[in-house]
Amino acid sequence: MSSAVESALAAALAAIAGAKDLDDLKSVKISHVGDKSDLGKASQSLGKMPPEERAEFGKVVGAAKGKVSAAFENRQKELEADRDARVLVEERVDVTLPYQRRAQGGLHPLTILTNEISDLFLGLGYRVAEGPELESEWLNFDALNIPADHPARTMQDTFFVEPLAARLVMRTHTSPVQIRTMLENEPPIYVICPGRTYRADELDATHTPVFSQVEGLVIDRGITMADLKGTLDYFARSMFGPDVKTRLRPSFFPFTEPSAEVDFFFNGRWVEWGGCGMVNPKVLAACGIDANEFSGFAFGMGLERTLMVRHGITDMHDIVEGDIRFSQAFGTGAR
Amino acid sequence: MKIPLSWLKEFAEIPASVSVAEIDEAFVRVGFEVESIEVQGSDLTGPLVVALVKEIEQLEGHKKPIRYVGLDCGEGSIRYVICGATNFAVGDLVVAALPGAVLPGDFAISARETYGKTSNGMICSARELGISDEHSGIIVLPENCAPVGTDAIALLEINDLIIDVAVNPDRGYALSARGLARELAASLNVSFKDPATLGSSGTFPATNSGVQISIDDPSAASVAYLRTIEGFKPTAPTPLWMRRRIEKCGMRSISLGVDITNYVMLELGQPLHAFDKEKISGSLHIRRAGTEKKFTTLDGQERTLDADDLMVADDKNSLALAGTMGGMTSEVTESTTSIALEGVRFNPTDIAKNSRRHKLSSEASRRLERSVDPLLAEISTARAVELFIELGGAKYIGTSISGAPVLPAPVNFDPSFVSSYLGFDVSPASIKAKLEIVGCEIKENSATDWTITPPSWRSDLILAPDFVEEVARMIGFDAIPSTLPIGKGGASLTPFQSRKRTTALLLANNGFIEVYNYPFVSPEMVEILGFTGDRAKSFRLANPMSEEFPLLRTHILPGLLTTAARNIGRGAKDLALFEIGSIFRDTVELPTQEALPTHQKPTPEQLKQIYDGVPSQPVQVGGVLTGNIDPAGWATKGRAADWNDAIGYAIRIIEETGNKWSIATSDFAPWHPGRCAEIQVNGKAVAHAGELHPRVCSALGLPARSVAFVVILSALDYLPPLASPAVLTMPAAVQDLALVVNENVPAIQVEAALRSGAGQLLESITLFDRYDKLGDGQVSLAYSMVFRAPDRTLTADEVTGYREAAAAAAAAQCGATVRS
Repeated sequence: MSSAVESALAAALAAIAGAKDLDDLKSVKISHVGDKSDLGKASQSLGKMPPEERAEFGKVVGAAKGKVSAAFENRQKELEADRDARVLVEERVDVTLPYQRRAQGGLHPLTILTNEISDLFLGLGYRVAEGPELESEWLNFDALNIPADHPARTMQDTFFVEPLAARLVMRTHTSPVQIRTMLENEPPIYVICPGRTYRADELDATHTPVFSQVEGLVIDRGITMADLKGTLDYFARSMFGPDVKTRLRPSFFPFTEPSAEVDFFFNGRWVEWGGCGMVNPKVLAACGIDANEFSGFAFGMGLERTLMVRHGITDMHDIVEGDIRFSQAFGTGAR
Repeated sequence: MKIPLSWLKEFAEIPASVSVAEIDEAFVRVGFEVESIEVQGSDLTGPLVVALVKEIEQLEGHKKPIRYVGLDCGEGSIRYVICGATNFAVGDLVVAALPGAVLPGDFAISARETYGKTSNGMICSARELGISDEHSGIIVLPENCAPVGTDAIALLEINDLIIDVAVNPDRGYALSARGLARELAASLNVSFKDPATLGSSGTFPATNSGVQISIDDPSAASVAYLRTIEGFKPTAPTPLWMRRRIEKCGMRSISLGVDITNYVMLELGQPLHAFDKEKISGSLHIRRAGTEKKFTTLDGQERTLDADDLMVADDKNSLALAGTMGGMTSEVTESTTSIALEGVRFNPTDIAKNSRRHKLSSEASRRLERSVDPLLAEISTARAVELFIELGGAKYIGTSISGAPVLPAPVNFDPSFVSSYLGFDVSPASIKAKLEIVGCEIKENSATDWTITPPSWRSDLILAPDFVEEVARMIGFDAIPSTLPIGKGGASLTPFQSRKRTTALLLANNGFIEVYNYPFVSPEMVEILGFTGDRAKSFRLANPMSEEFPLLRTHILPGLLTTAARNIGRGAKDLALFEIGSIFRDTVELPTQEALPTHQKPTPEQLKQIYDGVPSQPVQVGGVLTGNIDPAGWATKGRAADWNDAIGYAIRIIEETGNKWSIATSDFAPWHPGRCAEIQVNGKAVAHAGELHPRVCSALGLPARSVAFVVILSALDYLPPLASPAVLTMPAAVQDLALVVNENVPAIQVEAALRSGAGQLLESITLFDRYDKLGDGQVSLAYSMVFRAPDRTLTADEVTGYREAAAAAAAAQCGATVRS
C-alpha cells in the first residue's frame, strides 16, 4: 500500500513541476490532488481499514498529501508570477489616448458668479431675494423716488410693455425686489437681489439690452455709510482679491442720499463697479419704514462687468451669444 | 457739459500750476464725472498770425476751386499761399500758419510748390487748428479784431483745457460756468466769485413800456422776466472772445443776437429766449396748449400738441414750446432790431414733459428740467440786455415781470445726525463750514437745532440726508471708514433657489452647457414652432430693440433653438444646451393701474392692485440636444441623442425634486407628434420632451431628429423629507419573464400590471429586451424581476409563483401572453 502512495506522490510532484501554465496546473490538480486522484482514493480508503492499520497508513497518506499541496501552492505562485510578468504586460494599453466619453458640461459663468456672490452674502446673514422681470412701474420707478417726469427716468432706457395702461416694464434694475422685500418684511432686512435686468441699449462690446445685476439692501438700526463702505470692501476683496482697493465717488441716484459710485483698482486702473448710497428716506416712506428708527444702505453692480474685469472678457458678445466654447471653459465652478 | 478752464478761472482762483490730473480729481471728488479733458493747443506751435486778405487769384483748370491768395501778415510784403476754401473775400481777416508752424496731427507747414505756384504758408480752418470740428471753410475773424501779424494762438485763446463734465439730474445749477466754477473752487479749496449778481438789474427797472408777460398758469412757472430792447444792430459781429467761449462749450456761433442768449445761458445757467418784438401780437402768456393742435418749431418740424403742453404765446398764437424750442414765426432773424428777451423759472416737470412728449432735448430743456436758480430770471436777462447794449448798440425799453421767485424753504437740522449717518465724527464747526461752502446760510438755535437756508440754486436740499451728502462731498468720501455689519442668522437659499442650482448642476454634470438667451421672440418664430393657446398669448414690447423681435417669450425653447442653430453655424456638431429662465404669458386681464402716491406705504388694497397687475412668470428649464450625445471617436462609433434621452432628462429633473410622475403620449408643438411625451405630476402637465418636429428642425437649420425637453421648474411641489427605502440584505431571487403584447399597449402599463401582480417582495423590474419583429402588431417585452424578502432566503417555488402571478396580471390588464 505504501509503495502505491509513494508512486502516486512521485507522479503528482512530477506533474506539478511539469505544469506549463495556470490552466495546465488546474488539470494537474484534478488528476493528482482531487478526490478522483490516486492520493484522493487512498485517503478515502482509510475509512475502510482496520483501526490498527489506519493510524500507520494515515500518517503516510497525510504526509504525501501535505507534500503535494505544498508543491502545488509553490508552483501556482511561480506560474502566477510568470503570468503577471508576461501576460499583463502584453495587455498594456496606451493610457494617453484621448478621453472619448461625454465631456463635462458647464454652467454659464453668470450663474457661477451669482452662486458665489449669494454664498458670500448668505455667510454675512443676508437672504437672497428674487422677483419678476416683467414688473410694475410703481415698484420699478415710483416707489424708488423716480417720478414719471423726472429726468432720472430717462437715465434708464426702459422697455415698456403693452398695454401701456397696465404700467408694466421690463425691470431696469433689481431694485423693485428691494421694494417688494421692504413692503413684505419688517426690518432688520439684509438681502441681496441678483437677477436679469433690461435697458434699451444696443448690443456692442460693452453693452447688452439684457444684463444681470446684483443689488444689496440693508435696513437696520444705526446703519451708516461706513457700514456701506465696509460691506463693499468685503465684497470687492472676495471678487477681486484680498489687496483690492475701492473708492466711493459722490454721485446721484433718486433712491439713495448720499449717493456714490463705487470703483475698484484693478490691473493698474480704477474700474467703475456700481452705484450705492444710503437709502433715501422717501423710499423708506413709500415702503412704510420709519426713517427715524431705521436707516439703510443699498448697492448694485452689473454682473457682466464684474465677470469681464475678473476674467479678462473683452467682448460682451461672448457672454450673451451662448457659444458653447465660452461657457464650457468655465465648467461648473469658478475656474 | 463742456467748459473751458479759462472761463472757470474768471470766477474761481485756480492756481496757474494746476495739472490736468488735479482738475480731473477735483471734479470727481465732489461728484462730477469727467468724461474727457482736451488739452487744446498742446500740439500746435506757431508762427500762427492774423492776416489780411489783399488779393485773390482764382486758378482755373482744377477739379475743385483753388485760390492763390495774397496775404498781409504784417511782414511788410505780401505773402502768397494756395487755399482751397472759398468762404472769404478781399479785406477779410484770416488766420495764417507760416512756414515753421506745426499744426495738430504733426502737420508741419513749409513753403511748397503746388498747383504751379509757391505756397508760403496756409490759411487755417478751425478743425486744422484743433479748436472745433468746423471745416466747411477757413476761419474769418471779426473786422478790426486785431492788427495784422498778431499772434493768433493768443488771440484765439487756443491754449486751454476743455473739460467735459457729466452733470447729474439733481445738479441743474452746474450746467453753467458759474456752477462748475463754484464746485471746482470748493473742491480745490480756493475762493470763488459769483458772477450772478443783481448789479446791473437796477439799471433796467420794471416799467409799463415794452412787451408785457404774464404767467397765466401759476403751476407752470414761478417768475418770468421779459425785457424789451430796440435799435439792435443785427449785423454787428460777435466779439471773438464770446465766439471762442461758445465754441469751446461745443456750441456754434450763429449771430450776435443768438450768441448773447447762449453765452449768458452758458455763463449763468438760465436759458433765455429772444423773440422778434415786431412779430408779437399784444403781450406774452405762459399757458397750456389747450385746444391748440399744431405748432411748428424753429427746426421746421410741425408738431402735434398735447393739451397739457406748456407754451409761450402772444395774444393770438403760440410762439414757443416753452423752455424747449422756439417757433418759426417769432424767431430772431438777421433783420431783427427789436427784441423781447424772456427768462422764466419754469416748473421743471412741465419742461420735462414738453421735452419727453416731443422727443426734443435742447440745451434749454436740459437745464430747465433740472431746475434753474429762480433768482436768475432777473439777473440773466439783465446781463443779456447789458451785452445787447454794449455789443449790438441796442436801447433799453422796458421790463415786464410776472410772479416772484420761490426760494428753497429753511430746514431745521440736528448737526449730530451727520456723524450718526456717515459713521465717523464730524465736528459742528466743520459741518457749518462745509455747508456754507455750498451756499447754505446757518442759524444755530442750539447745539442740536440749526436752521439752514439753502442757497437759491439748491432746490434739492430738503431732507436731512441731503445736507449730509453735501458735508460728505465737501469732506471727501475717502474719509468714510470701513465697518462690516452682519445680518440675521438663519439665512439660507429658498427651496426654489436650491432647486435651480441642483437642476443646473445635474444638467452640467451630464454634459449640458448653460446659456442665457434674450427673451425677445419674433412672430415668425411663434409661427414656426406652432405655438397655440396660452403660448400664442405673447406680451409685446412697446419699444423693442428691433421690430423683428417685439414679443416676450412664452416658452423657453425659442431662444435655445436659435442658439443651437448659431452654434451649428459656427461649426459645432454635437450640442447639449440648457437654459433656466422666466416665461411671460398675457393670459390674464390686467387691471389698469392708477397712479399711486409714494409718500406712504400703499394700503393693503392698493398693494393688491399693484401685485395683481404683475402677471406670474413661471420658470422653465429647457434643453436641446443635437448630433451625438456620446461622441464618436477612436474607441466607439458614438451614439446620437434621441427622444429617449430628452424624456430621460425631463424625468430626472422631476425625480430630483422628489415628485412622483406619470407619462403619456402627447402631440404638443414644436415636438414630433408621434415622439413627444407629456409628463405629469399630480395630474398636471409639468414637462414635455421628445424629438422635435422635422418641419421645425429644417426651418431653424437644426439637424434632423434634434430633441428637446422643457420642464416647468416652478410648477413642481416641495415635498417633506424623503422616507428612506428599506435596504434588505437577504439573498435576491431573479426571475425573467418574456411577454407578447399588442404594440399599442404602452410599456408603462405592462410594467404597472407586472408590479401589481408580482406582490410585495418585488424589489425591481427591468425591461431588458424589446422585440418588434413578431408581426401581427405584436411586440415581445422581456423583463427581469428581482425578488427579495426582508427575513429569509426565498425558495424557488415561491418566486416561480410570484412570476406567474405577475404574468397573470399582465394578461388580465394588458392582454399579454407569456412568450414560449
